[in-house]
Amino acid sequence: MRKIFFIKPNISNLNICLPVGSFLILLSFLDIFLNTFYNLNPSFFIIGPVNKVLPLLLGMIGFYLIRIEYSGKKYLDIFNKKINLNNFNALCTLIISFSIIKIMPIFLSWFIIDANFVGDNKDACTGSGACWVYIKVWFERFIYGMYPASEIWRINISFILIIVFGLFGLFSNEKIKRYLILYYAVVYPILAFIIIYFLVSGGVFNLEWVQTNAWGGLSLTFIVAFFALIFCFPIGLFLALGRRSKLIAVRYVSIGFIEFWRGVPLITVLFMSAVIFPLFLPSGVYIDTLVRAIFAIALFEAAYIAEVIRGGLQALPKGQYEAARSLGMGYWKSNYLIILPQALKIVIPGIANTFLALVKDTPLIFVVGLLEIVGMTNLAKTNPKWLGLAMEGYIFAGLIFFLICYVMSKYSQSLEKKLSSER
Amino acid sequence: MAKIIELKKVNKWFDKFQVLKDIDLDVSSQEKIVICGPSGSGKSTLIRCINRLEEHQEGNIVVDGTELSENTKNIEKIRAEVGMVFQQFNLFPHLSVLDNCSLAPIWVKKLPKKQAEEIAMNNLKRVQIDDQALKFPGQLSGGQQQRAAIARALCMEPKIMLFDEPTSALDPEMIKEVLDVMVDLAKGGMTMIVVTHEMGFAKEVADYMIFMDEGKIVERAKTKEFFENPKSDRTKLFLSQIL
Repeated sequence: MRKIFFIKPNISNLNICLPVGSFLILLSFLDIFLNTFYNLNPSFFIIGPVNKVLPLLLGMIGFYLIRIEYSGKKYLDIFNKKINLNNFNALCTLIISFSIIKIMPIFLSWFIIDANFVGDNKDACTGSGACWVYIKVWFERFIYGMYPASEIWRINISFILIIVFGLFGLFSNEKIKRYLILYYAVVYPILAFIIIYFLVSGGVFNLEWVQTNAWGGLSLTFIVAFFALIFCFPIGLFLALGRRSKLIAVRYVSIGFIEFWRGVPLITVLFMSAVIFPLFLPSGVYIDTLVRAIFAIALFEAAYIAEVIRGGLQALPKGQYEAARSLGMGYWKSNYLIILPQALKIVIPGIANTFLALVKDTPLIFVVGLLEIVGMTNLAKTNPKWLGLAMEGYIFAGLIFFLICYVMSKYSQSLEKKLSSER
Repeated sequence: MAKIIELKKVNKWFDKFQVLKDIDLDVSSQEKIVICGPSGSGKSTLIRCINRLEEHQEGNIVVDGTELSENTKNIEKIRAEVGMVFQQFNLFPHLSVLDNCSLAPIWVKKLPKKQAEEIAMNNLKRVQIDDQALKFPGQLSGGQQQRAAIARALCMEPKIMLFDEPTSALDPEMIKEVLDVMVDLAKGGMTMIVVTHEMGFAKEVADYMIFMDEGKIVERAKTKEFFENPKSDRTKLFLSQIL
């Protein structure tokens, strides 16, 4: 490059290089922009293959000109360091940003510009883009499934109650704080179960009885994921401890359990919970399909959680166990006070990973006849009035799952940060 | 004086390798004993057997009248009475120094929090790091961490203190501040068993010296005699190398 350019950009010719370089970069982006969005070719006068790569060429020259070390301008220095370190770096930056610009119109037109938002049946969808009318019309079904429309307030109220009880920990003072673990591990799940059982299920207090196979949509996703998460964590925790136990019986039962559940696909587990499990129950005893499905998922994910936690337990130096023991702490005290707080902190990313997987596994409950949000979109797309709209439904469901998972992931990151600052 | 620790014919194997061979040892109350010897001679294993961080396979160990056996309750009782300081400090990194110290008194001795923290502060003052009480172990220097670890052990008000090479992981400059604390402790009348290579410290505080090699106690003598007139050749060789 040095041979081609007679100007070697440095701080002494900053006044020339910076404006010229910036102008060239601007030109290159303008060219791409006009090209993609307005189908114009401003560089028509240059013919041949050069025309195709002109923006890239301009951009590269521009980037070269502004690549000035220690320019004394704070933002330029940061810019050069992060995305314009050398020619290769500049090339990557250009190609990636050009690609994003090139792809944008395809998405924009399908999602927004050519999409239809107004109307209440399929005939309203005349554009070549997405038919969001479909989502709009089916929205209530996607969220609440087949739950009777007049009773939907019950789901809303129960969810609000569960969230309020869940936030309880934020407002506790020192005195209550020591009981928080007990609250979240025991009281809260029971409370949530009671709320769901009486309010959503009904059958008491003059509330209409709604069978679980009428439940569905996003609310069912939440119910399944919530209870499965709450149950799988403590089970996994005890399995992890059990697998490292000195008691042979405990250890082998834990190993057997973990290896069994890790070795079978979730879909078979769900099938078995629906078909085979009832055969083992004494006659007259009936456990609801939903409860069975939740426990199947919880036990399945517990095996994974157990292995994640075991990783954390093994990562702790042996000295921590010895120090706890040497102070006279027994097995439970040393685990509760010393080992687990540290081990769990190490494996937060792994736990978050498993939890995300759990949430994304919930759609599999369709095999036992329960339709959460993906199940509902599957059902809706087969409706004769709305045929051919599978894409919109799946994208909608995908976005919802992405949102849930993103929030969970962000929370786990913040938790990690908060706990690591305590060190 | 009453015997507070008694070991009789203690044998221990790691798989087929015998680490302790027929160890006999008596320690009276308020006695200070320094154990030295080449690495791999079983010194650490010996004191770790005294609070059963390691199990011995043959022989008897009696600590303060309680025989160490499989009985878990016995072991926990003994451990609460025997303080241990490790080479690697082994402070709990997720707790502040104060919490490190008050944790065991609260949960093992069931003291009220306020009283436990008072005891913790007193002991931190004793090792001169009471101004660091609210920091986390990671924020302290090595010497401060080891002193915090000593304070943590002292908070259980032990009758015996075991030190497993307490200065081996420290910078030379920090060794002194830890040894000073230990000398103080010795003068206060604590029963101490110390595994160390700090011979200056040994000369200053030890009542008895024990020299171990290949799992056996080669020599046990009064400190002065040990340094001036060692009996076995192995001890002479060791001392000539270390002094």
